[in-house]
Amino acid sequence: MSQSDKEIAYNSKVEGGVVTSRLDSVINWVRSNSIWPMPMGLACCGIELMAVGASRFDISRFGAEVMRFSPRQSDCMIVAGTVTYKMAPAVRRIYDQMAEPKWVIAMGACASSGGMYRSYATMQGVDRILPVDVYVSGCPPRPEALLDALIKLQKKIGTERSAKQLVSA
Amino acid sequence: MDDNFLSKLLDSHSYLTQRDSADHPAVNCPIERWVECATSLRDDLGFDLLVDVTCIDWFNESPRFSAVYHLLSSTSHQYVRVVVDIPDDENPSVPSVTDLWAAADWHEREAYDMFGVSFEGHPNLRRILMWDSYPWHPLRKEFPLAGHETELPDVEVSEETETPVIPAPMAGGPFVSSDHSGTMSKNEPRGADQSWSEEDVKR
Repeated sequence: MSQSDKEIAYNSKVEGGVVTSRLDSVINWVRSNSIWPMPMGLACCGIELMAVGASRFDISRFGAEVMRFSPRQSDCMIVAGTVTYKMAPAVRRIYDQMAEPKWVIAMGACASSGGMYRSYATMQGVDRILPVDVYVSGCPPRPEALLDALIKLQKKIGTERSAKQLVSA
Repeated sequence: MDDNFLSKLLDSHSYLTQRDSADHPAVNCPIERWVECATSLRDDLGFDLLVDVTCIDWFNESPRFSAVYHLLSSTSHQYVRVVVDIPDDENPSVPSVTDLWAAADWHEREAYDMFGVSFEGHPNLRRILMWDSYPWHPLRKEFPLAGHETELPDVEVSEETETPVIPAPMAGGPFVSSDHSGTMSKNEPRGADQSWSEEDVKR
């Protein structure tokens, strides 16, 4: 048996430096820990969203501190606030410009269901124009609630069949 | 503040009539003398600040619409409210005062948007809150709070998402506080129809 065959079978020099895993797990791990949010601050929820980004709550602990105001560079739209019918097409167009894969968090009562705004001017939930992944209750939600939503989104990303989608795309 | 302001105003402007008011002095002004009145108020009496322009829809009465102007003098600290009845019920219109107060620009656009009252001579009389193609004037009395079904402002998005503007589900609303006994959490204003709720139907 030649020397090179032994190295394929076992090489003590790289022991501990190699981890075997499923491709899905690796892709999902990378994606879920580096979510770049698109902050869609439309009302008072936007202020809580800013608090989540600031030092006290510090969304960077979860790898999502890179707020991108360019939709082409972001993964997750956080719809924070009241979606009026006048604003709705703009929200949808910004979502359309985001690169796949992309996710949506509906933050607060207004974005989830129209909230207290039962009127002619307010869209009754942004899920009528966008596919929402996580809804956050509250008016506005506490920053912890948004962090919880982010963790839930990370778990959801962890269950996706990413490798298969990459091949089929 | 001048306690005799209202009587002096009525004396010096014979076409004005007194109007019931719970707070500030208020007068009615005939529409054909409104611009003259506004010019006099600004130049002679020092009402240099236009605080608000709005309208009233009296619905089944005639004249149906009244334009309401709130003015403040920054020198004498005097408020005055001037109400102009609009004789035309079908196509209500009133002279614009954008030439006198620049603040009238957006206020008159809002009143036009919400009530459909056009302001003659306005340099840019477009809707300011609703989108340009919106077919209704929401603060008119016949307009339901829930709204009417119509297209989204962006037709492409409307077609792609198959989402029109739909009337809001009012659930027996607007929110009402019905029962004034018991705890505050039971009394907080809510829609009369609670059939969506997991709890029992509330009064």
